[in-house]
Amino acid sequence: MSRRTPLYDVHVAAGARMVAFAGWEMPLHYGSQLQEHHAVREHVGLFDVSHMTVLDITGSGAEDWLRLLLANDVARLQAPGAALYSAMLNERGGIIDDLIAYRLESGYRLVCNAATRTRVNEWIGRQARGRAVAVSERTDSVMIAVQGPAATTTLCGILSRHAATLEALAPFRAVWCDAWLVARTGYTGEDGFEIMLPASAAAACWRALQDAGCRPAGLAARDTLRLEAGLNLHGHEMDEDISPLEANMAWTVAWEPPSRNFVGRVPLEELRRKGGYQVLTGLVMTQPGVLRAGQLVRVPGTPETGVITSGTYSPTLGHAIALARVPPVAAQQALVDIRGRHAPVRIVRPPFVRHGKKVYN
Amino acid sequence: MVDTPRELGYRDTHEWVRNEGDGTVTVGITDYAQDSLGDIVYVELPAVGDELDTGQEAGVVESVKAASDVYAPVAGTVVAINEALEENPEIINASPYGDGWFYRLRVADPDELGDLLDADGYLAAVEEQEAG
Repeated sequence: MSRRTPLYDVHVAAGARMVAFAGWEMPLHYGSQLQEHHAVREHVGLFDVSHMTVLDITGSGAEDWLRLLLANDVARLQAPGAALYSAMLNERGGIIDDLIAYRLESGYRLVCNAATRTRVNEWIGRQARGRAVAVSERTDSVMIAVQGPAATTTLCGILSRHAATLEALAPFRAVWCDAWLVARTGYTGEDGFEIMLPASAAAACWRALQDAGCRPAGLAARDTLRLEAGLNLHGHEMDEDISPLEANMAWTVAWEPPSRNFVGRVPLEELRRKGGYQVLTGLVMTQPGVLRAGQLVRVPGTPETGVITSGTYSPTLGHAIALARVPPVAAQQALVDIRGRHAPVRIVRPPFVRHGKKVYN
Repeated sequence: MVDTPRELGYRDTHEWVRNEGDGTVTVGITDYAQDSLGDIVYVELPAVGDELDTGQEAGVVESVKAASDVYAPVAGTVVAINEALEENPEIINASPYGDGWFYRLRVADPDELGDLLDADGYLAAVEEQEAG
């Protein structure tokens, strides 16, 4: 039986096409995923992301434990409200999940993926055994993302008492606005906020944002936006057999101090030393057609093939883009096998789009 | 509610067929198909002169989210293609039974048109597919 977020009725009333996703019934789109995509790039969109797994970590051992659990280092979070992006690795250095860790007055909050929920809860439960930490899943929480160039003015309009605070909020910082935790984070490559709030306030918040000009956007637009922004999706760019080095996430691994022996550190260091692993890169195809996950990629100078991890038509750019894991050779061109046709593509460094504009070279 | 005109023939692979009464048929994809695919961004059409067998791949339609093959609903020779779709594939979303037609076939065997599903048969097939 799939779960419904407290905003389910609001979505249905807005004409959403609901689909099963990671155990939830979520809006795929509200009529046109392209128009929703453009609304986020050009103005402001509204997403229900309540399916995300929210875990609160408390107890005297919380910081020490998280410094072992995560490949990034929560000791970098110097004050309540600070947040960071991290991978959580298995003993082989593979990515169990990617998440945002917030430091709060009461401890830490982890926002993990929906699709990995069972595995994450099982893993964290096991890792927490015998530690001075308590892990509680916030099954009551609602999360709403407001994303786009007009996100700040729109959100400040409905939270006018907190406007000055929100305007000054730096990326990857969060602040309490009464009972709402508002973070300057997102998954679109635009300015924006993610709001965690009590379920009882969810529908009123959603309607207020919609009345203020936010266009509801579904999972389909969320996927094209994140792909244009070059952001990874677990199960595509990463999984338990892929390390952060192979997922363009080396920047999220805190190697210093060397004494911090986080789970997966040893195999990860060995891989870094040996080198030769495949790397995640961007592909651009300007001729007609669409790149898709699973299509094989051939780069010059090696018989080893790569593979597209996510591909789509880019609504902003008007042509196909993809993320692909390819052999580590210096090449600017590759061929992608599209139904037996070898289509030439350019290899570029993601992201493709930030703040509404093409950014790759 | 999807539109399924009664005067057309169908295949359960979501093509519609209109008998033009001159030995040719016009082929497109159904309203249900375009609605399921979502915003269509790319099509590959057959070439004029292509000889197609029943069920043979006759093109591809891609939305932002997915690619889907288009099959020849009956055997025949392609006599015209809707070139407007190559520049403006979104026409298929706007008008699946009108301006969004794919191609015209000179049918090899007119009797084969009798094998097509009618609107009710097609909707029953869709229901069965949705039930999985």
